[in-house]
Amino acid sequence: MSTRVFGEPIRRLEDPRLLKGKALFVDDVDFPDLLHVAFVRSSFAHGKIRSVDVDAARARDGVVAVMTAEDLGDYWSPGPLLVPPPPIKDIEFNNRTQVPLAKGKVRHVGEPVAIIVAESRYLAEDARDDVFVDIEPLDPAVDLEASAAADAPKVHDDLASNVAARVRQDKGDYEKAKAAAAHVVSGRFFYDHGASAPMENRGIVARWDDRSDRLTVWDTTQAPIPLRSGLAGLLGLAEAQVRVVAPFIGGGFGPKIMMFYPDEVLIPWLALKLGRPVKWIEDREESFFSTTQERSQIHHAEMAIDEEGRILGVKDHFLHDTGAYAPYGLTVPINSQCTLLGCYRVPAYSSSFEAIYTNLPIVTPFRGAGRQHGVFVMERLLDLAAAKLGIDPVGIRRRNVLTPEEFPHKHGLIYQDFTELEYDSGNYPEALEKAATEIGFATFRSNEQPQMRADGRLVGIGLVTYVEGTGIGPYEGARVTLESDGTVNVATGVGTQGQGHFTSFAQVVAEQLGVEVAKVRVTTGDTDQFHWGTGTFASRGAVVAGNACHAAALEVRRKILDLASQQFEAAVEDLELLDGEVRVKGVPDRAMTLGELAVLANPMRGAVIPGTEPGLESSRYFGPDRGTTASGVHAMIVEVDPATFEVEIKRYVVVHDCGIVINPLILEGQIVGGVAQGIGNAFYEKLAFDEDGQLLNASFMDYLLPTSTDVPKIESHHIETPSPLNPLGVKGAGEAGAIPVGALFAQAIEDALRPLVPDLTIAEIPLSPDRLFELVHGTGSDENSGGGSQ
Amino acid sequence: MNGRARRGSAESRHLLSDFLRHELGLTGTHVGCEHGVCGACTVLINGEAVRSCLVFAVQCEGAEVTTVEGLAAEDGELHPLQEAFQAAHALQCGFCTPGFLMSLLPFLEERRDSGALTDDEIRDALGGNLCRCTGYQNIVEAVRLAHTKMSGGAGNSAGNSVGTSTGNSAGTCAAEGA
Ligand code: FES
Ligand code: FES
Repeated sequence: MSTRVFGEPIRRLEDPRLLKGKALFVDDVDFPDLLHVAFVRSSFAHGKIRSVDVDAARARDGVVAVMTAEDLGDYWSPGPLLVPPPPIKDIEFNNRTQVPLAKGKVRHVGEPVAIIVAESRYLAEDARDDVFVDIEPLDPAVDLEASAAADAPKVHDDLASNVAARVRQDKGDYEKAKAAAAHVVSGRFFYDHGASAPMENRGIVARWDDRSDRLTVWDTTQAPIPLRSGLAGLLGLAEAQVRVVAPFIGGGFGPKIMMFYPDEVLIPWLALKLGRPVKWIEDREESFFSTTQERSQIHHAEMAIDEEGRILGVKDHFLHDTGAYAPYGLTVPINSQCTLLGCYRVPAYSSSFEAIYTNLPIVTPFRGAGRQHGVFVMERLLDLAAAKLGIDPVGIRRRNVLTPEEFPHKHGLIYQDFTELEYDSGNYPEALEKAATEIGFATFRSNEQPQMRADGRLVGIGLVTYVEGTGIGPYEGARVTLESDGTVNVATGVGTQGQGHFTSFAQVVAEQLGVEVAKVRVTTGDTDQFHWGTGTFASRGAVVAGNACHAAALEVRRKILDLASQQFEAAVEDLELLDGEVRVKGVPDRAMTLGELAVLANPMRGAVIPGTEPGLESSRYFGPDRGTTASGVHAMIVEVDPATFEVEIKRYVVVHDCGIVINPLILEGQIVGGVAQGIGNAFYEKLAFDEDGQLLNASFMDYLLPTSTDVPKIESHHIETPSPLNPLGVKGAGEAGAIPVGALFAQAIEDALRPLVPDLTIAEIPLSPDRLFELVHGTGSDENSGGGSQ
Repeated sequence: MNGRARRGSAESRHLLSDFLRHELGLTGTHVGCEHGVCGACTVLINGEAVRSCLVFAVQCEGAEVTTVEGLAAEDGELHPLQEAFQAAHALQCGFCTPGFLMSLLPFLEERRDSGALTDDEIRDALGGNLCRCTGYQNIVEAVRLAHTKMSGGAGNSAGNSVGTSTGNSAGTCAAEGA
């Protein structure tokens, strides 16, 4: 066999298990004496809790316990702030985090008020109807702009207003840039993101074992290790007494990294208290309230350009809806603020935002994590500028993208990882031209579009760019062990939710050790196997954990070669690792299997030489100084039905650059899947809250996810600009696909509708057919649109 | 139940999905919405694809039920449809996958002798199942591939280009979940 496995489209090792229905998901964990949980949740967005009567529920057969906030005693406390505010000058941050069960007040629909434990889930749900919660409704803060006003109902009574944070970051002197500008374009931009809606809802099972004095928790978390440390602290246990397992997870996309959801605080505690294993599995309706989501931002932004369309400066102020609590700090709005600059040279930037508490479910990162919002604003401003100058979308971007000579490129802002935002590498002009060529931008505009328009068809083309800061620190680790049967064990702390880590990490390790990929067994997300690390977020698995696997594999390789060189009395340079053997080059019969070598490295007799370790094993860590920046260009052709305003995607082209590719099959899957979520966000998915903060579409019947007939064939192309920030040269790819889709839709649809409304500016996402109809016919509310130029 | 008689007791209100998963321990059938939209819970009842979250267990007394666990051969060899899913990288988290497989099985059986499947036909067949990870593209490829395999190679051969295997044969899984 060839030993070249890194970079190959290798079939996933984890698939057979999943395909046979044998993979363990959290809801598959079962015990004979298992107890089941249902939550009683607030049906009001905002209100004073007058009383919670649980007597009838407690009396019901099969109910084991019912608890309210009062019953938790000292255990009741607000959750931890996961990400403190970044070190930005004059930042204001008013920290309020979620509570395990509401006390005194409810702050969003679905906030848990009581927890019921029963012999079956059916019984627990029956008992839910027995609980009487008396709530005095208060005016809710729902609309983002209204919630920001001084006289808005206050989500947290002890704060001066609903402002969760105020942040301002400046680069250069925008006012000076504006004074020198030939044109200034501006607009009000509304961008709404939705529910991550993984097919598997969240869930948790906890079991205390008296005989070993240990707690085991199975959780659909993206961050098993921090969860373990936190739980140990909460429950007064040593970390070594707590094992957290994140088994196969049915999709995460961000909200499963949130930590200390009320259920995560309560279920392990109940397992200890009741001495029986306890399980809670979220149902789909609950997930729209009890799992975090992303929502809207409203930007007022302007861009100063010179006569040629070169950006002189950008100014932006925005409001960010953070929901009832802000446990994730400012990650989402900081991402919006920093990602807005995109692939472009922006000499002056003045950006400020206010994060606002509202009586709505909590906002934390969901694939893209605020980057969409920023990219939308920047791309729309560029389109306004292009229109002003009479140049096309490709032309204006050509003038402004950074060239390869400009890397590394410092933006002078503080990013979500608290370091100064600096792009490490990229080739933006090449990606731009490639996308323009692949979609046939020029010929579409000059030939096809005029013809189709003459036939009365509404067809449009769009092209946008984006960057994605990926692979941030602090660190991840991996342990690589060569077993005596010649197989290799890899353990790492990151959890996996479908990203193919079992295969890509195996490829990284197999490459160094010269074994078949199938001989490498990867374990992720089990703190008994590896307990250092943070989690799977910010498109960092392949970058940070991947490089840790690489470092550990290199060290094991070195140990193998050292030992073999003693055995063969040959120089290390004369040895090779191939097909699971170590050989003296050119002397085929002087070879030994890696298994035999592993046995030698763990002798039954004799002493281990001081300063050495037994076995062929190594644990290594990788902590990048800063994140690495991936980038790309998306282009599409759409057709709008003039009667129904249904939008059909005729073609969709992606050119993506995430550095060196470990497995192109997996990468492609990530990109296409991301685009599909972007399409949902741009077009179908809207969390429709009414003025009372009630969600009107909390089911898959009403909250529409894209289906196979909605997502077109995605033509994807890659260019590879290695990252200089890590030995493998990789960049993250998890979120990229989803980021620019909204901006692209707006541009392409605007272009398609031009024959109907020549000066239409689309300044909002999502765009449903009925919203497009309103925009074209000038009916309905126009409060979420309104780009313009001056 | 996958070719064997299975007994268990169910309250009248017990959903088939819960009964399969929690009474019979057949946890390969997944539950994504419990209101009949996502298709993750699809199983075959007397050969027809049915959403097990919309059926009561008691309705299935005496019925022939096939779940994802009944798809691969006794010796563990994957069904051509499962194999095609792996070859085309048609699953990521894999949570929706059992539902897709069970929905597709009757569709592909029915078209065993038909010519090449069109994209539209395939996408229509997938339209009742939600997948949040893949964007469906590779699932479409997998269906094409499976159709070719199941109809003895007579169908469309396009789509074979995806997913070359280097060194590791299908069916060998070294990955452990937990
Ligand atoms: S769980 Fe049955 S259709 Fe979703
Ligand atoms: S593979 Fe994750 S939902 Fe389909």
